[in-house]
Amino acid sequence: MSKPFVSPQAVANRREVLRGLAVGCGVTGVSLLGFLGVSARAGKPHLRPPGAIDEHAFLAACIKCGQCVQVCPVTAITLADISDGFGSGVPYIDARAQACDFSCDATQCVLACPTGALTHNIDRKEQVRMGLAELAHPDTCLARQGRGWKGPAREASFTGRHRWTDIDRWKPVRVTQYSYELPLCDLCVRECPIEGAIRLAPMSDDPSDARRTPQVAQACVGCGLCEMICPTEEASIVVRPRIEDRHRAHSTHI
Amino acid sequence: MNRWIENIAMMIGRRPTRPKPEEQTPAMRELMVFERQPEQVQRRKAFIKEEAAHPKLSHKWRNRRWISIIVINLVFLLSYKLDIQVVEGALTASRVFGFHFADLNSSLQVMLAYKEVLINLLIGTGTVFTVYLLFGGRSFCSWACPYHLVSELAEKLHLRLARARLVKDHPLHRGTRTVLYGVFALLAFVTGYTVFEVINPVGILSRALIYGTASGLLWVAGLLLVEIFWSRRFWCRYVCPIGLTYGMAGTIAPVRIRYNSSRCLHEGKCRTVCLVPHVLDMTKMGYSKDVVNMVGPDCTRCAMCLDACPTGALTFDIIGVSDPVQPQRKRSRAP
Repeated sequence: MSKPFVSPQAVANRREVLRGLAVGCGVTGVSLLGFLGVSARAGKPHLRPPGAIDEHAFLAACIKCGQCVQVCPVTAITLADISDGFGSGVPYIDARAQACDFSCDATQCVLACPTGALTHNIDRKEQVRMGLAELAHPDTCLARQGRGWKGPAREASFTGRHRWTDIDRWKPVRVTQYSYELPLCDLCVRECPIEGAIRLAPMSDDPSDARRTPQVAQACVGCGLCEMICPTEEASIVVRPRIEDRHRAHSTHI
Repeated sequence: MNRWIENIAMMIGRRPTRPKPEEQTPAMRELMVFERQPEQVQRRKAFIKEEAAHPKLSHKWRNRRWISIIVINLVFLLSYKLDIQVVEGALTASRVFGFHFADLNSSLQVMLAYKEVLINLLIGTGTVFTVYLLFGGRSFCSWACPYHLVSELAEKLHLRLARARLVKDHPLHRGTRTVLYGVFALLAFVTGYTVFEVINPVGILSRALIYGTASGLLWVAGLLLVEIFWSRRFWCRYVCPIGLTYGMAGTIAPVRIRYNSSRCLHEGKCRTVCLVPHVLDMTKMGYSKDVVNMVGPDCTRCAMCLDACPTGALTFDIIGVSDPVQPQRKRSRAP
């Protein structure tokens, strides 16, 4: 019994289709690994730039171009790398390394965003809801111990910048170039760019008690300046991203 | 079949076919009869022999193109590093002198995933669409795409290894790209994530160059290894949905490659250098419908074929700028 004749062309064609199938499945499979990056992030969300919409929609709407990175005068914004999965190429802020200090006097990153991932519905810094400051380590806070601070807020190797009105209103300078001499450390309150966001409250009724504790109000926008400027080795005050608020704001906006 | 539909069908995966005599113009049939005359066959053979003895190597268009790719990508980098704000952003979206530009495929992914379209994105996408509607969609690939450049270098290595018989090219079915196009569009819409952007080598390379996000380069390196050792230019040929998006955008582009059969010796040099050789199937003897033909939308206008062609049968053609195509009854200049 003879085998049915299969032309070499037909064999080649079939192989091309099979290779196409294999490559197609492979490429799709690798792209779906992006889910891993997203779920790995779920527990420790990034602080997103001002105006960022609901996290899931943010990853969808962001076109990963980095125009927000380019306009920021203090380069507070960084693009996530491939380990973030579907969030790769999406901007975030590492506040301890460089906080958003609203040096741009408005929200330049919002204006730069071409897709509305940073919503154009805000135009003043007070409207931002990127995060909320929280006294994460009360035991290390200098004010709570009644202690002061001398010298630059951060260690000599620190490269972050901030804008001081008494140096140059428009030009951010290195944090390490500015020295303080404070009988009681109040850096988080002193440098906060938002009015009424944070204050130092007495810790007892005793007027001679110098100890104060930072109290964060809902006016806090979460720029992270307090986290950057906090002089303790590990920041005593940190910013938590306002994931829920961003979600709510986005759903009501629609 | 209508020429446009046929071109699009070929772009999404249909194999090119030899036209039936009744599909060919009388001038073309006449040319074929002429070409088959014994003295013409002799003449062609003599010319090809002569050419083999004195090979002419031109890299004119390749060099121009490489300069174009390097300049475009450097402008992104320098504009940012020197803070001159000429081009802000990356290849996925940017502002050029303040005007919005958005990559068609990235923009499509965002629109499908986010399901809301901001006017700025629409303007950016429209601008880029207009540019490529004019210059030929896939000219993005060969004149701007950074992956194309590194892939060309990988291709050189692949061809060298193939000549030494160390590797073999494994072609894929070209329909793969069309299917993947649908898959990634669907994934964006269903998951609400821009899924393709995770593996998009154009975005990865552009951002790595401008912002230094380097770990995605591992994926790009992997793709290049596949191209070197397994399948020649597999990403651009069989996978990349960006290429298909731009190809569609440039279907009626006035800038294209013109093939003049009456000047052709049918050696096939153009097809061996071409990224998408199916568009040059018409250069096989007896495979073109007319004496003068326009190459279809899958063509990236890279002009490698112009560099390779020893007789000038392939040229750029721009509607309204080039000389109007005249039906030639006899070959204008015998080689």
